[in-house]
Amino acid sequence: MSRLPITKTPKVYVGGAFIRSESARTFPLKDAAGNFFANIPQCTRKDLRNAVEAAAKAGPGWAKRTAYNRGQIIYRLGEMLEARKADLADALSVGGALRPDGKRGIAREIEATIDRLIYYAGWADKYEQVLGNVNPVASPHFNFTVTEPMGIVGLLAPEEAPLLALVSLIAPAITSGNTVVALASTTQPYPAIVLGEMLATSDLPGGVVNLLTGYRKELVPTFATHTHLRAIAGVANADERKALKLGAAESVKRVKLHKTEEPVNWFSDQAQSLYDVRDTLEFKTTWHPIGA
Amino acid sequence: MATPAQHVFRRLFDEVGPVDHVGIEERVAKYTTRSIKKGAKLWGLKTAVSMVDLTTLEGKDTPGKVESLCQKALSPHGDPDIPTVAAVCVYPSMVKHARRALGEDTAVRIASVATAFPSGQAPLRTRLAEVKSAVADGADEIDMVINRGAFLAGEFQLVQDEIAAVREACGAATLKVILEVSELETYDNIRAASFIAMRVLRPNDFIKTSTGKTTLNATLGNNQVMLEAIRDFYLDTGTPIAMKPAGGIRTAKQALQFLIAVKETLGDEWLNNTRYRFGASSLLNDLLRQIEKEKTGAYQAPYYFSEAAESY
Repeated sequence: MSRLPITKTPKVYVGGAFIRSESARTFPLKDAAGNFFANIPQCTRKDLRNAVEAAAKAGPGWAKRTAYNRGQIIYRLGEMLEARKADLADALSVGGALRPDGKRGIAREIEATIDRLIYYAGWADKYEQVLGNVNPVASPHFNFTVTEPMGIVGLLAPEEAPLLALVSLIAPAITSGNTVVALASTTQPYPAIVLGEMLATSDLPGGVVNLLTGYRKELVPTFATHTHLRAIAGVANADERKALKLGAAESVKRVKLHKTEEPVNWFSDQAQSLYDVRDTLEFKTTWHPIGA
Repeated sequence: MATPAQHVFRRLFDEVGPVDHVGIEERVAKYTTRSIKKGAKLWGLKTAVSMVDLTTLEGKDTPGKVESLCQKALSPHGDPDIPTVAAVCVYPSMVKHARRALGEDTAVRIASVATAFPSGQAPLRTRLAEVKSAVADGADEIDMVINRGAFLAGEFQLVQDEIAAVREACGAATLKVILEVSELETYDNIRAASFIAMRVLRPNDFIKTSTGKTTLNATLGNNQVMLEAIRDFYLDTGTPIAMKPAGGIRTAKQALQFLIAVKETLGDEWLNNTRYRFGASSLLNDLLRQIEKEKTGAYQAPYYFSEAAESY
């Protein structure tokens, strides 16, 4: 007797829960052979709004964790990915037509992704020593600069390297205590779905990382105008960059974008940096009087 | 064998009619599926602002806090297009501070909880004295609690007489009768208590769901039971009674759902702040936030709006 197939309903990870789009809309995803694979949630601006609410709720708790603890949790996320490399390899081969580098390329992407998490896990309790400062001043003051996370960061992942690029954007933002709402690759959204399942088992509090799938055209304008997002990072084309900058000017948010026309080599060491942590930090300088 | 108390409940339920529990739940579930957009939504949000009884009922209330609440009531968001709220709702000892902050000639009314709020467990003499003192200090509206202990013991006449006594003590002030639905336990009891109160109220006096001090507050379900009681009472007697859900209504979306319930149960004549109010504090901020969203098209951060008093 043949067994009925049990297929997975892909859901996105928002606020620590797996949800469908509030609109109930989906878009079909095909596997490498061009056959129907699954329906992916087509998230809307309302889903983005809900994700921002979830990120706002999780924010203070995450930022209040000790830097050491945040490092432990991000390291733990790396461990979760390491244990499920096979799942990730399967996820990355969906939409494999886009991957000229085949199986070896997939393995390389997964390892680079895990290494990237470990890299930022290490920075978690060290970036403050490098970016913070005691400033020399010509008055009887002890003057020092410390960093603070900005709050909620919106991320726009590129189409290529759907796992590595997404994680490379998420990791530096959450290292310092920001929470994120990330839009995954539209053509290869499935790795983000599987990543959500790993985030859920990684000790990362629900709502710190919120992943959306859907069409950029529908969501980028809301990323631009939502006043509760404090920064936008990721990859965008010329039209999107313009929309994002206009919206960001209105709502006074920081924009750090790579250009779609100049692809980033996500595998290289240049794609990981302390300065990516700095991009989503605010600096606070304090003048403290001392006796002359 | 039914006890005497059960007999009096049975007689009252027979008289006012029973509540179809499942029917109510299904009816109100439908209210959450209505699609209110654009102009209608903006109208609903502004109407909801005008219906808010902006409330602070905490042990730590100070004259200063009440004063800032009054400022917010007069000018919710510094936008002349947004109406003032209906009233501020404070403890009796704060009424004079509210009156000083609002002045004599103001659209914002002052409501005061009285009658040993929230438990009501004080001698009637004390409760009436509290009402009179609040009115003398300048309260336009009195929110009283019913004697739930007497109600649950089946002493309906006592409950009704006390409400009538408080009504007399109010003088010209509007009376709001808090049933404290979470302590009445069933929809049948809520309907019965609504009738007991309505029979001694004047036109446009209120019945109100809760104190906001217990675990369960206003829900669409108990709001609906009370709206239907008001409707049936109005059709019977021609006396229009007003309604105030309080506690637990924190979002603009909820407020719109309550307004839909009013519109579809009682009609347009109840869609104003003489006949319908929201007892709330954080609701106002979410209403302002959604109005701003409708006007600008951009989702707003909550910290763009002033802090809410966190009593509800």
